[in-house]
Amino acid sequence: MNRFILPVAVFLGLAALLYIGVRHSPGKNDMPSALIGKPAPAFELPVLGETTRKFSTHEFAGKPWVLNVWGTWCVACREEHEDLMKIAAQKRVPIVGLSYKDDDAAATDWLNQLGNPYTVVAVDKEGRTAINFGVYGAPETFLIDAAGLVQYRLAGPMTPEIWQREFLSRIGGGGPR
Amino acid sequence: MMRSWKPAAHGAWLALLLAAGALAVDTTVLPDPKLQERYEALTHELRCMQCMNNNIADSPVGLASDLRRDVQEQLLAGKSDDEIRASMVRRYGNVILFTPPVKDPSSFWVWLLPALAALGGLLIGVRVVRQRARLVAQDDSPVDAEEPRR
Repeated sequence: MNRFILPVAVFLGLAALLYIGVRHSPGKNDMPSALIGKPAPAFELPVLGETTRKFSTHEFAGKPWVLNVWGTWCVACREEHEDLMKIAAQKRVPIVGLSYKDDDAAATDWLNQLGNPYTVVAVDKEGRTAINFGVYGAPETFLIDAAGLVQYRLAGPMTPEIWQREFLSRIGGGGPR
Repeated sequence: MMRSWKPAAHGAWLALLLAAGALAVDTTVLPDPKLQERYEALTHELRCMQCMNNNIADSPVGLASDLRRDVQEQLLAGKSDDEIRASMVRRYGNVILFTPPVKDPSSFWVWLLPALAALGGLLIGVRVVRQRARLVAQDDSPVDAEEPRR
């Protein structure tokens, strides 16, 4: 009997380890952002559809805001668009769109056809700003608090449930009602 | 499909698969051979976050080329290898390094567990061999004597 204890213990230990590993293995959609609790990278980028104006993150200093990284080439962005429209209608926080490596005309067409949930759309043609935010696909949505710190990052399409659970709960009473 | 990247990248993937690795993805040449060497080393040790088990040197997706451009620009700006690695970790976390730091609590076990497992296996092996040796030393009767008579 005694001789079975060690192998069985080792087996159970390995099985437990593998189970934990499989359950917690970061899928492509749930890798933690390295920016949580850190200042959101500041950026200044051209505004979609406006040749003279630039958007700067300083415009939202002292206010919570949301950054949504999207592209017309991105299927999951189309999927979340209607939910973004509903969320924008709540007017809780400004949603800044980051047009990620996209064609400006295509992006403008998309917004004209499907509606524009964004307070402003910044154009990141070369994906440099996206890199600074640790973006590794689209869509990604960041919540930045009044202190300018990244509070949450969603990789994948937004849903009303996620908005309620992860974003609104973190915004609390900060935003306009 | 939960997430997407640019369709062009899919095409590039297909091309890569068809070429079976015969084509180099990255043809960047830096002006200084020293820099080129460091560039190649760095791009081989950074993970393409979109395709997980590829490094940014071998991955044809858009994000990998953006990160390669970033490495290149930082090298040309005179940044050290450690500074470049740190800038990547700041943005993407330790996950982006194929060899995460030993001292960090999040990646400490990645290094320790294989060593512990190898040590455990060695101990078990030694024990088994010793037990067998003891059995043989005690028992020198012919093998068929142990078989029950029919």
